[in-house]
Amino acid sequence: MLTRLLSGDGPRSLPLALILLAIFLCLALAPFLFPGTRSVDTAARICVFILLVASYDLTLGYAGIVSFAHTMFFGMGAYGVALASTHLGRGFDALVLGTLAGALAAAVFALLIGLFSLRVRAIFFAMITLAVASAVAVLVSQLSGLTGGEDGLNYQIPRALTAAQKYLDEPVLGVRINGKLLNYYLVFAASTALFLVLLRIVNSPFGRVLQAIRENDFRAEAIGYRVVYYRTIATCVSAVAAALAGSLYAIWLRYVGPDTTLSFEIMVDILLMVVIGGMGTMYGAVIGATLFILAQNYLQGLMGAAAAGLEGVPLLPGLLDPDRWLLWLGVLFVLSVYFFPTGIAGRLRGE
Amino acid sequence: MTASLLQTRDLAVRFGGHVAVDHVTCDFRAGELTAIVGPNGAGKTTYFNLISGQVPASAGKVLLKGREVTRLPVAERTRRGIGRAFQLTNLFPGLSVFENVRLVIQARCHRGFDLFSMAMSHAEISEAAQEILARVRLWDLSGQPVSELSHGNQRKLEVAMLIALDPKVYMFDEPTAGMSVDEAPVVLDLIAGLKDDVTRTILLVEHKMDVIRTLADRIIVLHNGTLAADGPPAEVMASDVVQEAYMGKALEDV
Ligand SMILES: Nc1ncnc2c1ncn2[C@@H]1O[C@H](COP(=O)(O)OP(=O)(O)O)[C@@H](O)[C@H]1O
Ligand SMILES: [Mg+2]
Repeated sequence: MLTRLLSGDGPRSLPLALILLAIFLCLALAPFLFPGTRSVDTAARICVFILLVASYDLTLGYAGIVSFAHTMFFGMGAYGVALASTHLGRGFDALVLGTLAGALAAAVFALLIGLFSLRVRAIFFAMITLAVASAVAVLVSQLSGLTGGEDGLNYQIPRALTAAQKYLDEPVLGVRINGKLLNYYLVFAASTALFLVLLRIVNSPFGRVLQAIRENDFRAEAIGYRVVYYRTIATCVSAVAAALAGSLYAIWLRYVGPDTTLSFEIMVDILLMVVIGGMGTMYGAVIGATLFILAQNYLQGLMGAAAAGLEGVPLLPGLLDPDRWLLWLGVLFVLSVYFFPTGIAGRLRGE
Repeated sequence: MTASLLQTRDLAVRFGGHVAVDHVTCDFRAGELTAIVGPNGAGKTTYFNLISGQVPASAGKVLLKGREVTRLPVAERTRRGIGRAFQLTNLFPGLSVFENVRLVIQARCHRGFDLFSMAMSHAEISEAAQEILARVRLWDLSGQPVSELSHGNQRKLEVAMLIALDPKVYMFDEPTAGMSVDEAPVVLDLIAGLKDDVTRTILLVEHKMDVIRTLADRIIVLHNGTLAADGPPAEVMASDVVQEAYMGKALEDV
């Protein structure tokens, strides 16, 4: 049963299995283990980014396709929900419609970019994705009448998913059972289910062809696989999954803007997460996203505390200034790539 | 005489000013093993590339069972039955030996666009792959990554992948090159075994004359991209031009 759920591709390493189990349990019980708006918010972001990074791993790690348009697809899902909720009014129909429209737009863009540029050299595809993603980002900030421009869009989601809706009068284990909690479990359940779907896809006959193409596209073609079609479908699947992650994010945040979904910084974050976690493993996405977002959220605080504690010591407080957190993240990244070239998941599997 | 399975008509390709294959017209009949000989650089590999599609032809046609395939992409020609093993080993290095063969069988079964089943749950594909690995005596290495195999075993796997493809036209490009004396016979026996099926045709680029003598039904000679001789082995080997130009040299290689 568990084997089928994991598509026969388990962690294959006890430490990896334990870490994954710990992350899963923490996320599943986050509202109860870590009550508080900020920590539940972090948990929801981790869920969304696990899905987003896993969908990127499908193309980068399994098919060997380098794309810089992943945040564009993520943004399409998010803006789909935002625009539908703004124009159709608050409601589940707007959420569903916006999600579907975002996923469809992502699929169509991926199909066009793929068919147009995947038959040529890999570097050309990477450049095209960069160009299209930049153009879309500019367009979104320019069309402020429609998209809210740089300010983004605030909108309302169904009351059933907000803190205003109470489901029980009494808190359970100190946690209020309200729409916000339901919203968290919507994000958690959808991310988990979609992650398992992606895990199935990379272990399907199709997923094996992607790996063959990554290893040797020339030979893959020679044994009868039309490489361009496989690459295009992989790009579409990955784009749809990213768009769905974006929709979940938009439902959770009740806000979208270029900075939360479309920015190039997020694209870089995704790359870092997939590389730190381990490419071509799917589980790497879980570890990479969790570590990265925790670091992003709490490293600054920790550093601030450390800097304050070390006051008076020369040099160190300056180095530990919270504004330098990105520097330390960079150092961590270089060290992890140097010591774990196959990522944390690859390393734990002894590869 | 049986009908031609594969034909090339004035097939030619030029790289810059150099004509690597120069209007070669040749028929390959079912049930026949044709040895292709010629010195290095004669255009043998390029002729294969034109037939299987890795190199687009500058002129001429390739016909499979009478239908033109000259403009079809590589994968489509493969699906129609033109199978190819490569002179320079050309495998999926990071994947296991088993997976390399399994992928070929999966391609042959047209399963590649199945996204939602588990690859390993298709028992018929896995069994067929195991069977091929047993035939080439690689089954004890089936879990190893290909990048860790010896050169000889990589060559064997190269041949195994073509056999797994089960094509109408087999093209072997120097399959035993660089193999040790005890490994080569395994591969040659496999190729000899393929001759039992008279609905296929086999093209074999090979330098060793003793091998050609025992296996080939026919020899064609390529020289500077042109078809220099074509006929039964004894006849071609005896011909003056071939004796002087190639056989003397080729025999020294043995
Ligand atoms: N892609 C290519 N570009 C340019 N020249 C090539 C290419 N492929 C082969 N050639 C040239 O074509 C000639 C025939 O090569 P090849 O077919 O490999 O010979 P053979 O297999 O008989 O040893 C050689 O002179 C080679 O340098
Ligand atoms: Mg050659």
